[in-house]
Amino acid sequence: MIEEKNIETNKEVLVKVEGLSKKFCKDLKTSLWYGVKDLVSNIKGNKNERLLRDKEFWAVKDINFELRRGECLGLIGHNGAGKSTLLKILNGLINPDAGKITIKGRVGALIELGAGFNPILSGRENIYNNGAVLGFTKKEINAKVEDIIDFSEIREFIDMPVQNYSSGMKVRLGFAVAAQMEPDVLIIDEVLAVGDLGFVLKCLKTIDIILPNTAIIFVSHSMPMVSRICSQIILMDKGMAKFQGVDVSTAIDLYYTRFSNNESNVVFTDYSLVLEHVEVITNKKNEKNISQLNWGDDLKVLIKLSFTKNVKVPKFFISVFDKEQRAVALFKNNDVYSNIKIINNKIEFIITHSNLQFSKGIYSLNISIGKMENEEPLFRANNIVSFQIIDKKEVWPPFLLNSSYNNVYNK
Amino acid sequence: MALETRIYQKENNIHFLKLLKASAKDLFGSHFLAKQLATRDIKSQYRQSYLGIIWAFIMPVTSALVWIFLNLTGTIKLSDTGVPYPVYAFSGTLIWSIITEAINSPTSSTNAARGIMSKINFPKEALVLSGIYKLLFNSLIKIMLLVVFIFVFGIGFHWSLLLFPFAILAAILFGTTLGLFMTPIGMIYNDIAKIISMSLSFLMYVTPVVYAIPKKGIMKTIMEINPFSALILTSRDLALGTSPDYLGYFCWIFAASVALFFIALLFYRISIPIIVERLSA
Repeated sequence: MIEEKNIETNKEVLVKVEGLSKKFCKDLKTSLWYGVKDLVSNIKGNKNERLLRDKEFWAVKDINFELRRGECLGLIGHNGAGKSTLLKILNGLINPDAGKITIKGRVGALIELGAGFNPILSGRENIYNNGAVLGFTKKEINAKVEDIIDFSEIREFIDMPVQNYSSGMKVRLGFAVAAQMEPDVLIIDEVLAVGDLGFVLKCLKTIDIILPNTAIIFVSHSMPMVSRICSQIILMDKGMAKFQGVDVSTAIDLYYTRFSNNESNVVFTDYSLVLEHVEVITNKKNEKNISQLNWGDDLKVLIKLSFTKNVKVPKFFISVFDKEQRAVALFKNNDVYSNIKIINNKIEFIITHSNLQFSKGIYSLNISIGKMENEEPLFRANNIVSFQIIDKKEVWPPFLLNSSYNNVYNK
Repeated sequence: MALETRIYQKENNIHFLKLLKASAKDLFGSHFLAKQLATRDIKSQYRQSYLGIIWAFIMPVTSALVWIFLNLTGTIKLSDTGVPYPVYAFSGTLIWSIITEAINSPTSSTNAARGIMSKINFPKEALVLSGIYKLLFNSLIKIMLLVVFIFVFGIGFHWSLLLFPFAILAAILFGTTLGLFMTPIGMIYNDIAKIISMSLSFLMYVTPVVYAIPKKGIMKTIMEINPFSALILTSRDLALGTSPDYLGYFCWIFAASVALFFIALLFYRISIPIIVERLSA
């Protein structure tokens, strides 16, 4: 145990960020004028402490972290939280206004794939352009060009002008070149979002291969990817680190809370019915008035509807979505034999699912109502109610299945 | 293996010589990137055009033709240039176009790379160098054309013609240096590019491009002070084999350009992060 810890600390710190801040200007004309002033003061060294000038704000404020080889830092936050600015400073594209960054080793950045591509030239020629921009020598590219073409899986079109490529093909070629980098520090910004599933899987595989020898800084809005890759995390908000630590799932929860809204929206209605009340029956509620259940509790949903026309009992399709807006489950619909009735143009019923094994997190329900005979739609609404599952254990998959383990005895 | 360590912080307090060394290292180290960028631009430019290489010299040739026409028809009266006027006009406009292209080159190369500059960290000196490579390519075509004119109009070969390419190199260096100083502000304000192109079109009239320096008067003084005159006259004298009267001034300009080039390069280097910030803000 002690030995293992030693190995851990022996791994050198590749990225060290201390009190990093950067300001930006909101107004273009003022920004340009400040730019000219900075050009002048820059020549003299400009060692003064930098304070906010008129119309400026801190885009990144007081960020600190250390990253060792083999670690991956996830940077999450809503649009405009300062993630990309931080990456630009880390990549040495812009200088900080306060603080210091120390980076050791070769830095690779997957911020834009296919930089330096010219649309008129062929894929093969552009491998050289892109490779040169990424810092390869001619010899290195000559040695790797076949690997790159194979990796991109577009050998058939490699001598065609890049302007005729689909955007996915361009990204493939760009990534194939970038994947040949052997960086000590790798900066990834949102590039994996494009491309088809095969490509994304390939990217993740490549990252898995290089991760043990690399310190990765990963910006993404895709929480499954963040939770898959990252070993520590910073949640940014207004340029500051709102949460920082190794507890990746807590940060992800916090990130989602920012977007949680309790507003349901009706997607479709033929005005024959009104959804009056939906409630997850429980005796616990959180501060946002969301019902809370423990893992393994029974889920009971109370639904009240009123009808404007005289109709028969319709079919109910109620599905459960997790915070990623993934559909995770569907309640079995009712049929003509179900024991629910319309009384005075109103219907009230409870749907029960016993021993719910959803994992910790917030879930919401969507409802779709159709005619019993032909499922012709009458009403659809998203996010009609939310509930929260409380559990000690934090897991990424939406289900935590109850299981028992028994030896098999051979008689 | 020791890893290269980079430190990014607000101060630019690195020693002048260290900065110069780093800049020079990046300039010469980025030869492959610069060549790649230059061939990329040249290839793509000609691949999408039928007239191709003609565009490299059509502007100076047509403007020379206009002046030759004006002179032949007697619309304007020009003083004697000492050599056949068509050669004088062609050589003037060709050399002038090389210088103006050189002045615009750093700004246009940097501007064209806006997109990658705000995304990828690469030696920005490569942009300047690729600009110079493109200039050399275009100048080579113009020089060959000029040599053709020299023989067609019966000037014939002079040993000084061999020095002519070096004079062109000096002109390119002078133009690039001048352009390099203006690039950082030119990247921030578009006005700069417009002001430059406007002033160059005026400057041409106080430079012996299509007519000789007058024998006396205020114009003579202005033209003799104008460093562009020395560049044009000396290059032309070397090409046509006439005596280079302004060789001394030319050498001074060349020496100053060499020194100023590196200072301009430093200014460019430390200005790039500020430009990128304002572009992407």
